[in-house]
Amino acid sequence: MSTDTSKVAASNGTEAAAPAGKPTKAGAAANWADERLGIGGLSKFLSRKIFPDHWSFMLGEIALWSFVVLLVTGTFLTLWFKPSMAEITYQGSYAPLRGIDMSEAMASTLDISFDVRGGLLLRQVHHWAAMLFIASMMIHMMRVFFTGAHRKPREINWVIGATLLLLGTLEGFTGYSLPDDLLSGTGIRAADGFMMAIPIVGTYLSFFLFGGEFPGDDIIPRLFTIHVLLIPAILLALIGAHLILLIYHKHTQWPGPGRTEKNVVGYPMVPNYISKMTGFFFITFGVTALLGAFFSLNPVWKFGPYDPTKVTAGSQPDWYMGWPDGALRIMPGWESHFWGSTWSWNIFFPVIVLPMAAWMVVLMLPFIEAWITGDKREHHLLQRPRNAPTRTATFVALMTFYAGFWAAGGNDIIAIKFDLSINQITYFLRAFVFLGPIAAFIITRRWCISLQRHDNEKLLHGYETGTVIRTPEGAYHEKHLPLPEDEAFAMTVRDRGRAGEEPELKKNGKLSFRAKLRAFYYDHDVDKPTPEELSEAHHHAEHEAHALAAHEGHQVDGHDFDDHRHSAIEEPLSH
Amino acid sequence: MRLLNRSVGRLSRHRRRPLAGAAVLLVALLSTGGAYAALAPASQAEQEKDNAALVAEGKELFMINCSTCHGSNGEGITTQNGKLYGPSLIGVGAASVDFQVGTGRMPMAQPGAQVEVKDPSFNQDEIDALAAYVASLGPGPAVPDREQYDPDTFASEEEREEAVALGGQIFLTNCTACHNFTGAGGAMPRGGEAPSILDTDPRHIYQAMLTGPQSMDTFSDGNISPEEKKAVIAYVESMREQPDYGGFNNGALGPVTEGIVAWVVGLGVLVAFAIWIAAHTTRTNQTKKGSAK
Repeated sequence: MSTDTSKVAASNGTEAAAPAGKPTKAGAAANWADERLGIGGLSKFLSRKIFPDHWSFMLGEIALWSFVVLLVTGTFLTLWFKPSMAEITYQGSYAPLRGIDMSEAMASTLDISFDVRGGLLLRQVHHWAAMLFIASMMIHMMRVFFTGAHRKPREINWVIGATLLLLGTLEGFTGYSLPDDLLSGTGIRAADGFMMAIPIVGTYLSFFLFGGEFPGDDIIPRLFTIHVLLIPAILLALIGAHLILLIYHKHTQWPGPGRTEKNVVGYPMVPNYISKMTGFFFITFGVTALLGAFFSLNPVWKFGPYDPTKVTAGSQPDWYMGWPDGALRIMPGWESHFWGSTWSWNIFFPVIVLPMAAWMVVLMLPFIEAWITGDKREHHLLQRPRNAPTRTATFVALMTFYAGFWAAGGNDIIAIKFDLSINQITYFLRAFVFLGPIAAFIITRRWCISLQRHDNEKLLHGYETGTVIRTPEGAYHEKHLPLPEDEAFAMTVRDRGRAGEEPELKKNGKLSFRAKLRAFYYDHDVDKPTPEELSEAHHHAEHEAHALAAHEGHQVDGHDFDDHRHSAIEEPLSH
Repeated sequence: MRLLNRSVGRLSRHRRRPLAGAAVLLVALLSTGGAYAALAPASQAEQEKDNAALVAEGKELFMINCSTCHGSNGEGITTQNGKLYGPSLIGVGAASVDFQVGTGRMPMAQPGAQVEVKDPSFNQDEIDALAAYVASLGPGPAVPDREQYDPDTFASEEEREEAVALGGQIFLTNCTACHNFTGAGGAMPRGGEAPSILDTDPRHIYQAMLTGPQSMDTFSDGNISPEEKKAVIAYVESMREQPDYGGFNNGALGPVTEGIVAWVVGLGVLVAFAIWIAAHTTRTNQTKKGSAK
């Protein structure tokens, strides 16, 4: 069949090669835009972009959509919120606070809650979306690390993601501080203390931020600008960069038949993912709206306006600041006095040093791992967590470390709800934050290695069918069947141990630090079976299946293997 | 003064109503009769006699139920090592007894960091007798009258609203540090706790402020006046009656339970949806009719 190529464009010129008939209205509009903006190529590229399918790839999407919800609801809130610390007398509709002096920030928050139609709902939706934004970033990060999606070429995107997590936390904290209620004021007071605990420059930093002595009347307008302008702009830019890199790198995929390091198997953006993503956006918006409608969050009217003389039991930050708060709660009260100045290690270590160090460790994880393994290859196929036992165990140890401090942040609530002594919780957690991660590391690593062994077992001897067979000798064993081929294939797409390079030696002939770490990293790692092992096992299985086939499908009457075999058909009937 | 003007104004509005005459007569009769009954010398003697009987009855109950720890004269018991076995009750007053026994704290189930609250072991008559006996040991705060503690006894709704606003400020300054912002309770050192006051009787809240049980401070009348105490109770009551404007209050415990809701409910539901969406692909497991498997 010959094709007439005379009417096909030979170049990417904007002039149509052959205007064939009248275009549709939509087509004409699209053409108009394309001729002026050149978006045709981009939209063609994006709409045909292939993404692989797996539920865990959508965790980051929760963060993206809750960020959109935050922008929408946040804009709404700025229409009524007054970021001012000018003192006024509240005269709104909430009776128990009427006649009380408070800042305009607090009064306008009460107005949003009680006098603006739909205001309380939107306030709560905004706050719930913020809680979910950071939570979903964290589980997204867990997914990325556990599956090895942080490896080359995605290290920069990991750094961007970690920065988003830090900025999201700061954004949440500044938002939490704006209403100037008792809890947010307590939080700002605590932040002031944290800053002042920084040696040498602390008091200057505090005076700089507050425009003088705490609380002054600058802090809320300043936090407002940071909260609605500075951090959101950076967040938006970084999210854009994160997504552009995602498209540039192509999405990682799970191994399987037909999936290689050089392709992406999945569905195109249009129509598949555009509809799934739109749907998920509405679901995220819906879930935050329902949370806002049915679950109370930050009831500022119960806290009342901030006043430095007041504090309440159960003063906690939002969950994402809970772990530094917990570290602060269980830190022994170490303090030094030099030359008339106080050095508050008890505040400086847990709230300033620890979170920054932890963040740096998270930031460096891909680079540390690549340095240890020496792996410089690109990776687009994901790994199951069990196939990188040391990595998985390391992250579980970090999570346990986090969880210990997190629990400490709620020590008072744990004490009253479980009838425990707050002191004993503190002593326990002081030990747990050091010993817990070590135990978690060992348990997780052994667990992963066991799962690797189990995988090999399944590859070599098949999966358990649940059918128990009695052999002629009277022994019992369970019948195994070979795995489906695609499943077996996906399980065997992984590296065989470390690259067979010579271990790095120091000048004195001993193993270098890096070589020791690398040995530790791959220690006890179970290799996948070799082709010879596999074919031998399959041969054995076939033989066994053949031997057993004779017995299969017969009803068992208890006399299969003795001389009394008979069938009911041969028996005389009783009447 | 403003308050006085307002109540006078309200009275004068009603002074020409048809029933006004009858009402004035009734009030006059009642007050005269009441004053006579109160001031008559014979009844005072009778009351003293009654009180003596009550003290005697209280002493009997005390000897059986309390003296093991508090001593047979309520003087308290110390161990040989000088530790306190049961504190002295001289001067704690009737209010203290009414609170401790009325809330079921005493007689104590077992010594420990926190005295357990249980169903009261005595009825109100027996508690009154015990209180009278302990009050006879030394001067101390008396059981308050209903007008002192019950927010239902405010003269008008406006008066109550003003009291709620005042009480809220006192509550947030003096009480929330231990009892939490709604009164849901908080932790104290070494297994103790500031109990939840969400269901506590107004009378017991008043007595707790007055006598300072366990780790609680004593808020004497010089510190927080009786009117202010009543205002605090009015605020606590108003918080109980207030609807949860924001929805389910997550136990009124603050950000910890809110975080649990975010992770379990919010993120749980969203991840479930993610799994659901990913499970619906264009791929199909159905085989065409007639095609080989």
